[in-house]
Amino acid sequence: MSTTTGEASIPIHETPLAGVTTVIEKKTPVLLSTLALLLLAIVAIWPKSGDTTYRLAVPSDFAQLPTVTVPSTLTAWIVVVVCGLCAAWSVVLYRRHRATPLWLVVVYSVAWVFGFLTWAATGGTIPLVGLLSGSLALAVPLVFGALGGVLGERSGVVNIAIEGQLLAGAFAAAMVASVLDSAWAGLVAASAAGVLVALILGLFAITYFVDQVIVGVVLNVLVLGLTSFMFTQVLAPNAASLNAPPHFKAIPIPVLGDIPLVGPIFFRQTVIVYLLYVAVALVTWSLYRSKWGLRVRAVGEHPKAADTVGIKVNRTRYRTILIAGAVAGVGGAFYTLVSVPQFNREMTGGAGYIALAAVIFGKWDPIRATLAALLFGFASNLQGVLSVIGSPVPSQFMLMLPYVVTIFAVAGLVGRSRPPAADGIPYRKG
Amino acid sequence: MSSAVEAEQQPPTEPEQPPQQDRWGTALREIASGSMFNGFLAVLLAVLVGSVLIAVTDENVRSAAGYIGARPGDFFNATWDAIWGAYTALFRGSVYNTDAENFQLGVKPLTETAKFAAPLIVSGLGVGVAFRAGLFNIGGRGQMLIAGAAAGWVGYQFDLPAVLHLTLALVAAMVGGALWAGIAGFLKARTGAHEVIVTIMLNYVGFYLVFFALSKQSLLQAPNSFNPKSLPMKDSAVLPKLLGDQYNLHLGFIIALVAVAFAWWLLDRSALGFRIRAVGINPEAARANGIDVGRTYVVVMLIAGALIGLAGANQVLGTVTGGVTVDLDAGIGFDAITVALLGRSRPLGILAAGILFGALKAGGFAMQASQNIPVDIVLVVQSLIVLFLAAPPLIRTLFRLPAKEAK
Repeated sequence: MSTTTGEASIPIHETPLAGVTTVIEKKTPVLLSTLALLLLAIVAIWPKSGDTTYRLAVPSDFAQLPTVTVPSTLTAWIVVVVCGLCAAWSVVLYRRHRATPLWLVVVYSVAWVFGFLTWAATGGTIPLVGLLSGSLALAVPLVFGALGGVLGERSGVVNIAIEGQLLAGAFAAAMVASVLDSAWAGLVAASAAGVLVALILGLFAITYFVDQVIVGVVLNVLVLGLTSFMFTQVLAPNAASLNAPPHFKAIPIPVLGDIPLVGPIFFRQTVIVYLLYVAVALVTWSLYRSKWGLRVRAVGEHPKAADTVGIKVNRTRYRTILIAGAVAGVGGAFYTLVSVPQFNREMTGGAGYIALAAVIFGKWDPIRATLAALLFGFASNLQGVLSVIGSPVPSQFMLMLPYVVTIFAVAGLVGRSRPPAADGIPYRKG
Repeated sequence: MSSAVEAEQQPPTEPEQPPQQDRWGTALREIASGSMFNGFLAVLLAVLVGSVLIAVTDENVRSAAGYIGARPGDFFNATWDAIWGAYTALFRGSVYNTDAENFQLGVKPLTETAKFAAPLIVSGLGVGVAFRAGLFNIGGRGQMLIAGAAAGWVGYQFDLPAVLHLTLALVAAMVGGALWAGIAGFLKARTGAHEVIVTIMLNYVGFYLVFFALSKQSLLQAPNSFNPKSLPMKDSAVLPKLLGDQYNLHLGFIIALVAVAFAWWLLDRSALGFRIRAVGINPEAARANGIDVGRTYVVVMLIAGALIGLAGANQVLGTVTGGVTVDLDAGIGFDAITVALLGRSRPLGILAAGILFGALKAGGFAMQASQNIPVDIVLVVQSLIVLFLAAPPLIRTLFRLPAKEAK
């Protein structure tokens, strides 16, 4: 929930015009105060006695960090006070017509989660590295999907078919990697599968002006049907030869991988995760800093103006969604080439829709969408960890979180989500 | 997107053309470019692709393809056998079983088709009615789940006389579905939140909510059970069988027919329907003419949710009466979208589309049982039909039909 600054609808890399007064929204202070009160209520109504242990290191670490044990009630109360102060400061800033700085929101969020975790896991041990690296693993397909979604929507093509692209990518990766006995071949195939789905999307949405949401929804059903059919009919009977893909191994990066806490989480990962870092940087840079990115955004905001200055609107859109498809397809490969042994029907289980949620919650910005995807990955992994420890919060509510915050986001309760102006509207020349 | 929806909803017949034009001269042209013919070609094309898929994945075909150079006849025979076998099984499973001993058994597949069609029709109406107001309701799954849970709770919890109990359960389903869809309508009206996103997200929220309720003894879970499942329905709340115990067809089909009549009356005859259509065609113009657009959004989503709620009730109280589960929607929530699109959001069109897809479902299961062809092929054919249908120019290009006259 770190996306609640006043000028939120303006992409972060563009400076607002001089002389334009920014409207300070009161949603941030309200939200911070509400959440602080919620934490206070939780801690006050269900007091717990005992300690919570955080394990910061994994046995293979070069330098072993000690485990940290904190008294849970005291810690939770301290966090409540810290959160309360942050919220109060935010209110004061609002009174002075100033926006709440992003760092305050970040500090607040980290403290809140820490306090909640400490309270929820009283008497247990939280493997912090496992919790965070697990979150990253769950978030990888989401981030790739969200990047694809951001690219497509920035060019004015709504992509509901992220789910289909992930599923097609997972399928193609499993099959091609098994046949050619090469994980790299699987990765390329996954990307190609994503491009194929994007091509169909483009054919109908751009060339034939069919409603983009309709095409997206139907494409998801088509890919689901096709992959399930092929799985039952072809993959399952020949599992040994067609559905036993070789997997990418984790490659620790020298030096970086040895940093305590950070190393095992971010730098002892597979190639696909490193690709993810590159993809996030590349998409962000090219969208905001390159000529190509300027054109993409122009086409998504005001296609007619773009056309007038000589940008080929539909060609730009095609190119963008094909690239987006390639990116999303790689996300699908993560399932069958890293996290799961083999392809299974409906294996993406709605991840594409969470990625779509991340796009919206991240306000159509690659960095924010990535953060949103990481947050959603964290929420679903936290659910798993808490259910092992025995948490008082039902796991279903943790799993529900991404969807609920997205509804709040589109309803304007958490900042304002404004899509690109021409998002979803086919461009007809003349 | 609303402009595209309009384009989608208005089959490009030429109502603006002056009527005194030579009707008979253009009649043939009309047929070749009309939406009925396009629909036929779309189905044909989708079935064709399905056939290729069946043939390509068939074991016999593939082994025959291995020596196609030596004996090409084998290859074509195997291909023909695979496709012919599949489609005759589809026919036997959905229309009339030619292998049955007597007429009573032979006609059973037709009643199965009607059984599968019922929830598709009502949920298709739910999507279609919202469509006419320019709203895209992708939330069928969540609405069915909430409605099914509500109907199920009434169905196993209370002891009431038969008719009253069933009525109450149906009402509970409609209220549940209406409330869940109403959230999207309300948010759209008040904050402008896009209903596509909200309904998609509500699908998952509804799923986890029902899942949570089904895993709590104090809520919906059956006592002394560890499965996320409720108690079975009491007999007084079960939709009665229409043609005796020999057939599975239940009252849900009649309810679907009534719903079609209601939706037709609502959209084509009532003042509310006029407002709904006006908002769907142009919200700004509707607002300028004094129609409360936001209110219409809320009302239409309530109606849509109630209709889809009936589909949830149809499943819980009719088709699978053993208790509420999280997969009670059985994909119908998404099928509803394809049904509504194929039916062009017209109640009678949705009726026809629902029966067609019901037949595909009934036949698909028969095909899976007798020919070992996964029922997922139905999803493929279904989505292809809608894709082809959504792009008439594509069909015309593929079949080299005359293009529409430029306006």
